[in-house]
Amino acid sequence: MAPMAEVRETKLPGVGVRHEFTTEDGADIGVLVHHDGRREILVYDSDDPDACSSLVSLSAADTRTVSELLGASRVTEAVTAVQQEIEGLAIEWIELTPSSPASNATIGDGMYRTKTGSSIVAVIRDGQSIPAPGPEFGLLAGDVIVAVGTTDGLAAMRELVRP
Amino acid sequence: MLIAAGSSDVALAFVEIGALVLGLALLSRLAGRFGITAIPLYLLAGLAMGEGGVVQLDVTLEFFEIAAEIGVLLLLFALGLEYSEGELRSGLRSGLTPGVVDMALNATPGVALGLILGWDPLAAVLLGGVTWITSSGVVSKVLSDLGRLGFRETPAVLNLLVIEDLAMAVYLPVVAALIVGGTVEATITSVAIALAAVTVILLAALRYGRRLSDLVAGGSDETFLLTVFGITLLVAGVAQRLEVSGAIGAFLVGLALSGKAERRANVLISPLRDLFAAMFFLFFSFQIDPADLVAVLGPAIALASVTVFTKVATGWYAAGRMGVGSKARMRAGTVMIARGEFSIVIAALGSSLVDGPDLGALAAGYVLITAVVGPLASKFSDRIPIPGRLAARPVPSGV
Repeated sequence: MAPMAEVRETKLPGVGVRHEFTTEDGADIGVLVHHDGRREILVYDSDDPDACSSLVSLSAADTRTVSELLGASRVTEAVTAVQQEIEGLAIEWIELTPSSPASNATIGDGMYRTKTGSSIVAVIRDGQSIPAPGPEFGLLAGDVIVAVGTTDGLAAMRELVRP
Repeated sequence: MLIAAGSSDVALAFVEIGALVLGLALLSRLAGRFGITAIPLYLLAGLAMGEGGVVQLDVTLEFFEIAAEIGVLLLLFALGLEYSEGELRSGLRSGLTPGVVDMALNATPGVALGLILGWDPLAAVLLGGVTWITSSGVVSKVLSDLGRLGFRETPAVLNLLVIEDLAMAVYLPVVAALIVGGTVEATITSVAIALAAVTVILLAALRYGRRLSDLVAGGSDETFLLTVFGITLLVAGVAQRLEVSGAIGAFLVGLALSGKAERRANVLISPLRDLFAAMFFLFFSFQIDPADLVAVLGPAIALASVTVFTKVATGWYAAGRMGVGSKARMRAGTVMIARGEFSIVIAALGSSLVDGPDLGALAAGYVLITAVVGPLASKFSDRIPIPGRLAARPVPSGV
């Protein structure tokens, strides 16, 4: 998975906020968020890059539906499944920045379970998920670690891996 | 008491008001069909019916007079309401240069024409205001009707409107105080009072806006509507008493509201404003003698021709600062052409001056032209040929 594109934000006084980014194919896509919560999806014209057409206008509720359809649903389902199994257990996704002390070190080096009581149950790297990594597994900047533990334990985990 | 009397006057009043408002509805529908604002049509209807026109009103003139006054208050209240304190603040930071260019290019022709016509300098300054301020109502309608809210030049246009809005916060109280006039000391005092009131309210709105608004924001729609309407009229009345002009009071109330109160007021007051503002436009041109309008038609056309170009130049310049292409700059320029509600409000402020009737007629003719030309030019702006040397994409110079 390529890194997320840079999203540019422009304020439109009296109207709302416009966010836009360039897709991997080079198309310019924007989302216009109106003050009343309505959103429009915009596609910029390739002939006149300053002009765009509005593909669709969505209410606040429609926006939730569309974002579910675009892939947020799998994450939600996974969280629900885990939470149903054990009461009091939480799951969290934490992205490692280049300056994180966890980057370029193995899971064993960090002694996360000893220190926090939480376990790293998976690592997501380049869009691929690696389940049940062992203590010898080397973490890299940009990895997303999936940790399971109590709320307090996960807070301690966040403290450890964030610079 | 009027209703209890059950007189035939009441029946006649209902028929007159009903017929007029229904007529306005038809005009508004017609304007919608052509994709232009209804303001020019309201003005034409008023001309046809007022002094020297074809129809005379009998019993409801007083009603329309009051309704028109309320219309002015609500228009200015809405102008004050239009932008949140954050938008005003960032507008001040980033839009000052385009705002000054806008004023220099567009107010000057109006002032110059007023002086050439031999008017009192104050009337000339009012005419400058008429040609300066773009109709934010027409612009937002055109932008959303043509689906241009997401276009890259649109922030430049909206930022100019914010700056004009802020400029009005200084311009309107000052000219209103000058119109009240009197002795030199009295004039200076009322200008000072007006400016101090604006400064205090603006600062309070920027700093404590949210808390002030929370005081009134709660309650049912009914409570809220009555509260805001009541405050607006009350403050306007007090301001009028202090000789600051009621319209400015209403404008300041709008400025002071922000956050949740601002959003609710936008939704709830808009229909009320549309109703009373339509009656204001009608009543404004009731008072214009069609013969006067014919007399100033030449100057109005000349003024419109000059300021169409100066507004296009303003939009072209402001959009160029964002680094957009020439088509986008032309779109930004043409959409700004339309003058409307606020030009009429400014002319109405000066109705008591010696040159008031001429100013009113000239402003009406001017708005008739620009409010029709603006949206049409905007619609077809991509077909306007642009000279080759202007067509190059500029380098953005910061926003």
